[in-house]
This record gives sequence, structure tokens and C-alpha cells, in this order.
Amino acid sequence: MNERTRILLEESILPPLVALAVAFIAGDLLILAYGQAPGAVWAALFEGTWGNAYGFGQVLYKATTLTCTGLAVAMSLRAGLFNIGAEGQLAAGGFGAAVTGLALPAGTPWIIAVPLCTLAACLAGGAVGAVPGVLRAKFGAHEVIVTIMSNFIVLALLNYIVSAKLHVPETLHTPEMHAGEVARLSGMIAGFHGSAANWTLAIVLGACVAVWWYLFRTRAGYELRAVGLQPGAAEYAGVKVGRTWRNALILSGALAGLGGVNFVLGYKGYYEDGFAGGAGFLGIAVALVGRNHPLGVLLAALFFATLSQGGLAINAMVPKQIVEALQGIVIIAVATSVPEVRRVLRDAAGKVAGGRA
Amino acid sequence: MSLLLFLAQTLRIAIPYLFAAAGGALAERAGIVSLTLEGFMLGGAFGAVLGAHYTGSAWVGLVTGVASGLLLAAIHAVCSIRYKADQIVVGVAINLFTVGITRFFLQLAFESSSNSPRVAGFGGDAGSGAAAFLTNPLVWAGIVVMPALWWLIRKTTFGLRVRAVGEHPQAAASVGVPVNRVRYAAVLGSGALAALGGVYLALDQHQFTDSMTAGRGFIALAAVIFGRWDPLRAGVACLLFAAAETLQIQLQSAQLIPSQFVAMIPYVLTIVAVAGVVGRSTPPAALGRTTD
Repeated sequence: MNERTRILLEESILPPLVALAVAFIAGDLLILAYGQAPGAVWAALFEGTWGNAYGFGQVLYKATTLTCTGLAVAMSLRAGLFNIGAEGQLAAGGFGAAVTGLALPAGTPWIIAVPLCTLAACLAGGAVGAVPGVLRAKFGAHEVIVTIMSNFIVLALLNYIVSAKLHVPETLHTPEMHAGEVARLSGMIAGFHGSAANWTLAIVLGACVAVWWYLFRTRAGYELRAVGLQPGAAEYAGVKVGRTWRNALILSGALAGLGGVNFVLGYKGYYEDGFAGGAGFLGIAVALVGRNHPLGVLLAALFFATLSQGGLAINAMVPKQIVEALQGIVIIAVATSVPEVRRVLRDAAGKVAGGRA
Repeated sequence: MSLLLFLAQTLRIAIPYLFAAAGGALAERAGIVSLTLEGFMLGGAFGAVLGAHYTGSAWVGLVTGVASGLLLAAIHAVCSIRYKADQIVVGVAINLFTVGITRFFLQLAFESSSNSPRVAGFGGDAGSGAAAFLTNPLVWAGIVVMPALWWLIRKTTFGLRVRAVGEHPQAAASVGVPVNRVRYAAVLGSGALAALGGVYLALDQHQFTDSMTAGRGFIALAAVIFGRWDPLRAGVACLLFAAAETLQIQLQSAQLIPSQFVAMIPYVLTIVAVAGVVGRSTPPAALGRTTD
């Protein structure tokens, strides 16, 4: 096996293959445990997601948020850091967008309002990401611990605001925005009618391209990846490691915050307590299966969005919670088997090349 | 009297934290990241309710609860130690998996999406009076768990090995310490301990409710970090966090501080501790790293 095929296998084909296979096998077992026929359940899951326009619209909607949190985690991992704070950053982003939309005068044209709200979402997420970033750069505080704790702090703070300060009485959401709503895709493709898929998708696709460009075509991105691979070597080569870490976590937070636009501007028109609903944590799964590459993140987001929308489609046959268990199993399987298979492949390649590796 | 009530209430809230934090301290001192405490607790709570429901005995519930924690810990251990998977990723996944699988089996066993039927607890069906509290063996176990763990880690050969593999696994291996076996034992121990916290919660409330641990595993982790990975200090941190909660509950009518701000205390203190503003909190040197 030559080097190119090996790398292609390792990086692009193996993780999704493992994810799919494990989801099917573990899913079969759980479905059988519930006393249903796996074939029928899988057929219903497929029919309810990719089989009709509404279901597919919902998959696109969920994938839009997951792409953002996946990109966020991927950005941090490329710098050798682990951002587990995407959940809080996503919520903060949504809140920032909602408050901006609320502050704008009614009738502000979308061409002004949407970019302003989107910018606010990124700034809010980036501000939350700046906390672990600065603490890491200045004090060496472990970003995993700080980001976990920051989730709880941000969510509690937002819960306080929408339950006591800025809310519609008897609800846990902010008042409806005056401006800044993003149109649904159903305006152009009638089949999507009723689904929450909206033009945020286009913004997020743009973000994928921008992240790819930043990571692989700019000097800052090159430095970020160098720091991620070997901080010591990067520092020796003149890269400011602390600053790179800080920037990576701010960018990561901003990307997670961008995900808030999908719910707030594209779907509800207000911030609602708990809207993140685990999408931040699933971003870890998305980045893992997507191998921290924007294109991979996009595809992995579609996969996890399909599972999560599919849960609703099969709820009449098996409890929808089956997909939450499946998502966990898929992450464990990919995290465990991919490094193992890579070691085996690498050993085999080493033998073929006469111990060159 | 009200002071006594305050202390009793604080202890009642602290027991699950103490068990879970003990589990966290044990695994992390052996170099294995403990993001899994939340999952272990939830699994323990569900296992306890299953056992207690089908046999009517709280003691059987205790055994099945611990067994559930051990099962989850075994997955964590095999993935992290044998296959050297990223411990943070596996930890997050185990939490996600436990929430989903307990909901799935809640539906399968009790046909409910929110809670199980009422089950037996310690101290009879009397409820939650002082007698039930004082006759609950888990309360007493919770009180001694941190001192016991301190003794285990500081005064026994096993404890020395745990510290050695957490700080410098290569050095430990070079003097013949079976690094992986010590780590397996530490992770399984952490699963059993954290599960006890969940068992206490479920049997105290006489039922399992969906996601009933509600972030307690992370408060326990915060206590471990805030206590600088030392069992006694972590135990004090658990009591401190529980006291703040008790104060908030008792002052609820006064509306002095919003409950959300009290809930933030453990997390803010932990960030302050790792940032080293007042005495840096430094993790075991080999935490999260599995090397060949």
C-alpha cells in the first residue's frame, strides 16, 4: 500500500466507515431489545430524513448548527487545544444575535440587520472563548477545565437573564426581534415547507470555506497548525505560542456562536433558554468523525443531524432516545478504533517499506 | 437547632458530591481524566432503581447501582488504557451515552419518559426524616469516604503506585509498577465510588427521574480540581459547595441573591483555582496521557 492511499484511508474513509457500521450494529441490538424489526425501523428513519423534503429540510437545519459547533471544536483541536465550551458559546451567540435584533429599530433592512446580528453572535461566542484563551495564554490554565466550567457559568447567567430580566412573562425566552430575521429555504423550494431550514445554511457554508482558507492558505493558519502539532518546535521557529492559543480559542468560540444565528435569526426570532440542547457537545463528535477538516465536519454534521432527526421519525416504533445512546456509542467507537487501525496500518506500511517508518 | 438543621441539610446535599469527588480524585491521581463522573452517577442511580424495583430491597439496589457504575467505568478504562483513545472524547461520549441509554431503558422497563415508579430506600418507607437520614448507611459511608481515600492514597502501597503512575508512568514502570493494572483499578474504583453518589440520590428520592444527576458530577469534578486533587481538600470543597446551596435554599424567600449566581460558585472558584490567582491548582503531571 503506498503512502497516499494509506493517508486517504486513515484520514477520510476510515472514521465515517466505522461510525456508520457501529451505528447500524449497535442500533440493531437496541431495536431488537425493544422488540422491533431493525429493517422496518431503519427504513422509517431513512424515509423520515432523506426520503421527503420536509425531513431533509429538518436535517439541513440541524446540520447547520452542528457544522458551526463542529468547526469550533475542529479549530481548537488544530491548535492542539480542546474546546468543550461550544455549548455555552453557542448559547451566548444566540443571545447576542437576539439582543441585537431587539435593539435595532423595526424595519431595518435585512442587508444591514442580518450581518449586524451575525457579527454580534460571533462576538458573543468569541468573548466566551476568550476567557479560556487568555487564561491559557497568560496563566497556563488548562482549557478543558476552564471551558467545562464556563459552560455552566454562561448557561446559568443566561438563564438568570431570561427568567428575571429580559423575557416575555411566563416564558423563558426574550421578546421577538424587531429586525434581522433570515428567510426560510421554503421561500425558494416549496417542498421544504414547514421545516426550519433557512439561509443561515449559506452563511455557514461560507464559514466552512473561510475556515479552510484560514487553516490551509494563510500564514496565521499555518502557525496555528504548527503550534497544534509541536508547540515547542513552533516556538523555536518564532511562532508566539500563547498568542496563537488565545486566538484559536477566540475563533473557536466565534464559530460556535455563529451557530446561534440558525436558531435565533432563522427559526424562532428570539433567544430561548436551553436552545443549544447538546449541539455544543455533539460538535466534539462532529469534529472527531470529520477529522478536523471543514469538508469532513460538514459531512459529519449531516450524519449526526440525520440520526437526531431520525429519532423523531421512528419514535412511534422505538423511543427516540435510542439515537442519543447511538451517538455516544459512535463517538466511543470512532475515538477508540481509528487510532488503533491507524497503528496497524502504519505497522504494515513500515514492514512493506523495510522498516522505513 | 437551626444550625443543626443547616448542617444536616448541607451534609445531605454533599453526600453525592463526596462520593463522586472521591471517584474523580482516585482516577485523576492515576492520570485518567474524569469527565465521566456525571455518567457514572447517572448510571448508578438508574441501576439502583432497577435493582430496588425488581427485588424490593435497597441493598440489592446498592449492588446493582455499583455494578452499573463498574460497567461504564470498564468501557472508559478499556478505551482509554488498552486502546489509548482520547480520554476527554470518551468521557464526553460516556456521559452522552448514559443519558440516552437510561432514557431508553426507562421507556423499556417502566414505559415512562420522565420517571420510574417509587422504590424502596434505606430507613424504610418513612420518608426523609432525621431517623431515615441517620440510619442510611450511605450517609455514614459518605462521611468517611474522603478520609478513607486520603489514607489509601497517602499511606498504602497501592496509593503510592496510583500517585506514581499519575505523575510519571515511565518511572513507575521502570521500578516494576504494573502501570496499566493500577490505572484499571483506579478507574473501576472511580466508577464504583461515583455510582454510589447516584445510588444515594436515587434511593433518597425513592425513584429515578430523567437526567436526575443534573450536573452534580461536574460539581464533584470542580471540587476535585478546587481541592488540588487532594481527597481531604476536595472533601472540604464538596462541603463548601453544598453549604452554599443550602444557604441559597434557606434564603430563597428573602430573594437576596438569585439562585443562578449561587449555582455558579463552584465553577467560578474552579476557574480561579486553575488560573492560579490564589495558589495554582496543578493537575497530576501525566493526566490524560497514555504513553507506550
